[in-house]
Amino acid sequence: MILFLLKRVAVLLVSTAIAGVVVFAFMALLPGDPAEVALGVNATPEAVAALREQFGTDRPPVAQFLDWFGGLATGDFGTSYVTSTPIGPQIADRLGVTAVLVIGGMLIALVVAVPAGTFAAVHHRNPLGAAISAFSQVGIAIPAFLAGILLVFVFAVQAQVLPSGGYVPISEDPGAWLRGLLLPWLSLGIVQGAVLTRYVRSAVLDVMREDFLRTARAKGRGRLGALWRHGLRNASIPVVTVLGLQLATLLIGAVVVERIFVIPGLGDLLLNGVAGRDLLLVQGVVMVLVVAVLVINFVVDAAYALLDPRLRGAR
Amino acid sequence: MKGRVNAGLIAGGLLVGLVVLAALVSFVWTPHDPTLVDAARKLQPPGDGYLLGADKFGRDTLSQLMVGARTTLYVGIVAVGIAALIGTPLGLIAGMTPRGWLSELIMRINDLVFAFPALLLAVMLGAVYGASTLTAMIAIGVATVPAFARIGRAATMQVMVTDYVLAARAAGRRRSAIAVRHVLPNIGSVLIVQASVSFAIAILAEAALSFLGFGTRPPTPSWGRMLQEAQELLFSTPRLALWPGVAIALAVLGFNLLGDGLRDYLDPKLRRAHAGR
Repeated sequence: MILFLLKRVAVLLVSTAIAGVVVFAFMALLPGDPAEVALGVNATPEAVAALREQFGTDRPPVAQFLDWFGGLATGDFGTSYVTSTPIGPQIADRLGVTAVLVIGGMLIALVVAVPAGTFAAVHHRNPLGAAISAFSQVGIAIPAFLAGILLVFVFAVQAQVLPSGGYVPISEDPGAWLRGLLLPWLSLGIVQGAVLTRYVRSAVLDVMREDFLRTARAKGRGRLGALWRHGLRNASIPVVTVLGLQLATLLIGAVVVERIFVIPGLGDLLLNGVAGRDLLLVQGVVMVLVVAVLVINFVVDAAYALLDPRLRGAR
Repeated sequence: MKGRVNAGLIAGGLLVGLVVLAALVSFVWTPHDPTLVDAARKLQPPGDGYLLGADKFGRDTLSQLMVGARTTLYVGIVAVGIAALIGTPLGLIAGMTPRGWLSELIMRINDLVFAFPALLLAVMLGAVYGASTLTAMIAIGVATVPAFARIGRAATMQVMVTDYVLAARAAGRRRSAIAVRHVLPNIGSVLIVQASVSFAIAILAEAALSFLGFGTRPPTPSWGRMLQEAQELLFSTPRLALWPGVAIALAVLGFNLLGDGLRDYLDPKLRRAHAGR
């Protein structure tokens, strides 16, 4: 188990380093010198050279990369060429908002999918179970931003019970914070819940056919009792994989949902960075999102090994 | 042996057929010029030759939807094409030599690409080259490569242990010949199903990118941008958001149903394995 984890950690670290090279190389392809862009067309060559030295963009690319990548480990993302403010604290501020958004969406997805999927599996032969399956199929076809617009229409335009956008920090007004996040959470959660329902149903159906569950039933446990005691841990293995994939999807979905609901998260920062041609900022946010996806994949692999010892030897 | 034609296949085929038909017809006919700005028709309600009404620039919604279908299919075909053309050979190589260093390398690179979702790639490409339909297609295509490589590898590994492949190897056939003659035809159905499912994901991605302004540029109609333009008018003219929303959802539903239906139709064995889904 420890060897397995060490191997996965090594893969994670190497992947992070390579991802860093890719992101850096990509952004370095950009035509135009940040110093020239910052000073405009009328700048003297001396001024450009001085600013280039200040930015550090006069050094060889490898040195620039090592400086940038080394800084990431300590939370130093460099200083924006456009706004001249340090990037690290901005990302730190926004990361929390996006994390709350993603975790809330995931919880809603789980709250929807686990009961609905289990119910659809247990009742897979009758119309209600089939109806849940059909409903989840439709849910999958609705992107988070469309769900968001629909929810705004129903709850903000028609019923006028929730705000159509905006964000209030929890420290200022917890009630307003919650009201502002309800629709974004639902936008992310309902769609992912629909996707997850299919996998929960499939996993529970598979487990229901297993011998150990039949034995548990034969020992006199009820259908749900047997599932609860013996089925859910086994059914959770495929579900955890999908959950991991979905966390990554939610993270990216959050970028779009933040735009709809005007929430100051990482996605908002990223899109503003692109609009303002603040490339070091874009580079930093992209790196954070990519590392988040890599870490999620790592956690899924580790969770696998914890849930099913048989998988530890594999790979 | 082929399975029976099932309800999902028919429903999916009809929905996809509807989108394709709308796109094809739009080449020769639309009710109005989809990009024609007409101040007199601003936010016109449905009627008077404008079946679904007009938007804030007086452009006909139905005409925009029809040409938008073209954009959607165009992006889907190119993106899935890129993914299939790159991903399938990689999966094939990795699956035919599952223990080799090349296979290991391919799968590791695959995992890495997997960490770059289409949206991030599109934003990066857009930041460097300026966003366009092309950058969106490339981003979605590259992000979909791992799906084809993974499924291609898994399917190839299954074919490689069958008796006919063993016989061909024993007869001294070259690997490339085995790949083309035996493996590719046998993993074809799996790849077709993957293509259909990937198409649905590509439609979602294109809509999201256009919505954010990282996809198709104006004035070319696109469902995602129609939604984005409709969002600010949600309080006054919600129908503008309704139609592109319905179009996206139906197209995605269609390709998903088609993928599931094809899976059942092309491979009855898989149907039993996926009976739970």
